Amino acid sequence: MTLYLLRRLLSLSLTLVAASLVVFLVTEIIPGDPASFMMGMNADPSAVAALRNEMGLDQPFFWRYFDWVWGLLQGDFGRSYTYKVPVAELVSARVMVSLPLTIYALVLSTAIAFPAGVIAASRRNSPADIAVIGVTQLGVAIPNFWFAMLLVLAFAINLHWFSAGGFPGWDAGFFTAMKALTLPAFALALPQASILTRVMRSSLLDTLDEDFVRTARAKGLSRSQALWRHALRNALIPVLTIVGLQFSFLLAGGIIIENVFYLPGLGRLVFQAISQRDLIVVRSVIILLVFAVVAVTFLVDIAYAIADPRLRRHRR
Amino acid sequence: MTSLKKLTGAASLIALAIGLSVAPAMAARTDINVGMVLEPPNLDPTGGAAAAIDEVVYANIFEGLTRFTADGAVVPALAHSWDISDDGLSYTFHLREGVTFHDGSTFDAEDVKFSLDRARGDDSTNAQKALFADIASIDVVDPKTVTVTLSKPNGLFLFNMAWGDAVIVAPETAADNATKPVGTGPFTFGEWVKGDHVELGKNASYWGDAVSLDKVTFKFIADPTAAFAAMMAGDVDAFPNFPAPENLDQFKADPRFTVIVGSTEGETILGMNNKKAPLDNLTVRQAITHAIDRQAIIDGALFGNGTPIGTHFAPHHPDYVDLTAGSAYDPEKSKKLLEEAGATDLTLTLKLPPPSYARRGGEIIASQLKEVGIGTEITNLEWPQWLEEVFKNKDFDLTIVSHTEPMDIGIYARDDYYFQYGDADFKKIMVELNDTTDPAKRTELLHAAQNKIADDAVNAYLFQLAKTGVADAKVKGLWANSPTQANDMTKVHWDD
Repeated sequence: MTLYLLRRLLSLSLTLVAASLVVFLVTEIIPGDPASFMMGMNADPSAVAALRNEMGLDQPFFWRYFDWVWGLLQGDFGRSYTYKVPVAELVSARVMVSLPLTIYALVLSTAIAFPAGVIAASRRNSPADIAVIGVTQLGVAIPNFWFAMLLVLAFAINLHWFSAGGFPGWDAGFFTAMKALTLPAFALALPQASILTRVMRSSLLDTLDEDFVRTARAKGLSRSQALWRHALRNALIPVLTIVGLQFSFLLAGGIIIENVFYLPGLGRLVFQAISQRDLIVVRSVIILLVFAVVAVTFLVDIAYAIADPRLRRHRR
Repeated sequence: MTSLKKLTGAASLIALAIGLSVAPAMAARTDINVGMVLEPPNLDPTGGAAAAIDEVVYANIFEGLTRFTADGAVVPALAHSWDISDDGLSYTFHLREGVTFHDGSTFDAEDVKFSLDRARGDDSTNAQKALFADIASIDVVDPKTVTVTLSKPNGLFLFNMAWGDAVIVAPETAADNATKPVGTGPFTFGEWVKGDHVELGKNASYWGDAVSLDKVTFKFIADPTAAFAAMMAGDVDAFPNFPAPENLDQFKADPRFTVIVGSTEGETILGMNNKKAPLDNLTVRQAITHAIDRQAIIDGALFGNGTPIGTHFAPHHPDYVDLTAGSAYDPEKSKKLLEEAGATDLTLTLKLPPPSYARRGGEIIASQLKEVGIGTEITNLEWPQWLEEVFKNKDFDLTIVSHTEPMDIGIYARDDYYFQYGDADFKKIMVELNDTTDPAKRTELLHAAQNKIADDAVNAYLFQLAKTGVADAKVKGLWANSPTQANDMTKVHWDD
């Protein structure tokens, strides 16, 4: 187990080093200069030069790379070119929107997917199973931004129960903030719940066909007892994988939903930073997301070991 | 479904009951939520060109010596009057009494000297540094009087001082204005939830007329569909530059809203690379101007909002000359001119920045050019790419862009400007214009300048961009026009 963890940790750090180099290179290559963008079409060349100097853009490439990495190692993400505030401050404010939203959506999606998947699998080919298959097929097929617009139309424009978007900040109170995240969370959760339900169902069905379940049944357990005591735990591995992937996807990939609901999340920050060539923000957020994804994968690896004791005993 | 209906029915009954009992006691609202497409990168108008900065702070937080009114006139602001020497070189500004910055410090002549010196200094990062280029010295006469001496007469000096880039800041707080702006205006900075909104509060010790709003919240909504939903759901009370022109008719038909259509300073042009063959040939450029049907672009790309222009000048300006007839839509003439120039089988690059006027307009222009036998290769660019490729490296044949700075015909005198005109005769007109303060003579020179660039077909002049806004019908006092990019909230109030 320790060796397993150490190896996972080593690959985690190597991934981060490689990612930092790639991220820096790519943002270096894309055309466009942050200073000329900020100063616009009427700008005086001397003012642009002064700004480049102020932002440290006239330093050589490697110097800036090592400066950046050195800063990262000390927890200093640098200062945003355009916002003129520390990147860490900017990012943490956005994480306070994106992370709760991701968790909210993930909780909703698992809360829907688990019971639905179990019911469908335990009553295979029953009307309930067919209904679950039908609804989830629809859920996978509907684009989430379109579903988001429907939610806005119904609950914000017609019923006035929710705002059409925006985020008042956590200072406005926990419930006010959670309310602002509710429609986006549902919009994000629907397709994820559908995918998860289907994975849950098929994984459970596979496990229910396994020998050990038959043995359990032969020992006198009822079908549902066998399912709850033996099959469920074994069926969890693929489900956990999907949940881990979904977490990473939702954290960074909620940008379309963030746009529909004009939420100040991470995705929009990156998008905005790219279009303004606020390269330092782009780099830092991407490296942070790489870290988050790698860390979640790592946690999922550990979760496998907890869910499946065989992984703990075997030296892998 | 029935139970849902019952539930909403009950909810609306309760809401109605609450509404009825509260309504008579309700006074006019004193807060407003204003929608903006772009979030300002920071809130310092003296340190960046982003229009969104001025859209939040101009006239609200920061003020200059002079300011623009809603109709574009230049009126006194922090200077209540001024004397101009006979040679037009020295401006003595008399400053207002009793003006304080939001941090409580007193506004005086030293602040003026500091602000202008900062803007024109060597390490200045002012995006419009050229506005201050003619200043030779700034002298503090006494705390309420300051004299600005110019190196040469500049007929636009008072106009230049009205720009958002020329606002007066305090030495103690100037460095932090990007995140915590401190000005002299009727609103003070409240909070900024990055990515979501900026909130302004009322400045109780404002020197001028008290404002009727206690709180102004600027909300940033980039997506046109989301902007539409936010208006419909009442999350936003006014959207002065509404990003979805296709929805305007729907708002017009709805009595809860008003649609405000005004003018902007945005001359939208089909920019041509005057130094690159075949566009270095006047006949080819003229052929292109005759190939373009302006009204078709306005109707197709802007849903009918926009005014055709024939030169680089705003139609609402008193000195504007309508020269559209000289480059009227005439495909036959265009073809003849191309033949004359020996330019057949042309294929030109057309590089388009992100705004919809450029992207939608570009498609229409491409098809119009095809009618006269000019092929185009369209490339869509982001703004930073556009600035790099087109603006800086001049690697383009054609581009579409709106020049939103007011009174910017002077760009045609710049040699290194992206369309590369810099004609000697035109420069002479500009030099003379700058030296002239007599209004009649200035008008004459401005006419000459407009005619010159139209005759030389430097660019194909398309239309003046319209400002199309949507607001709650009860919101009054918003600027219809956009003499500078601003959301001046000083006269805004709720009409109940």
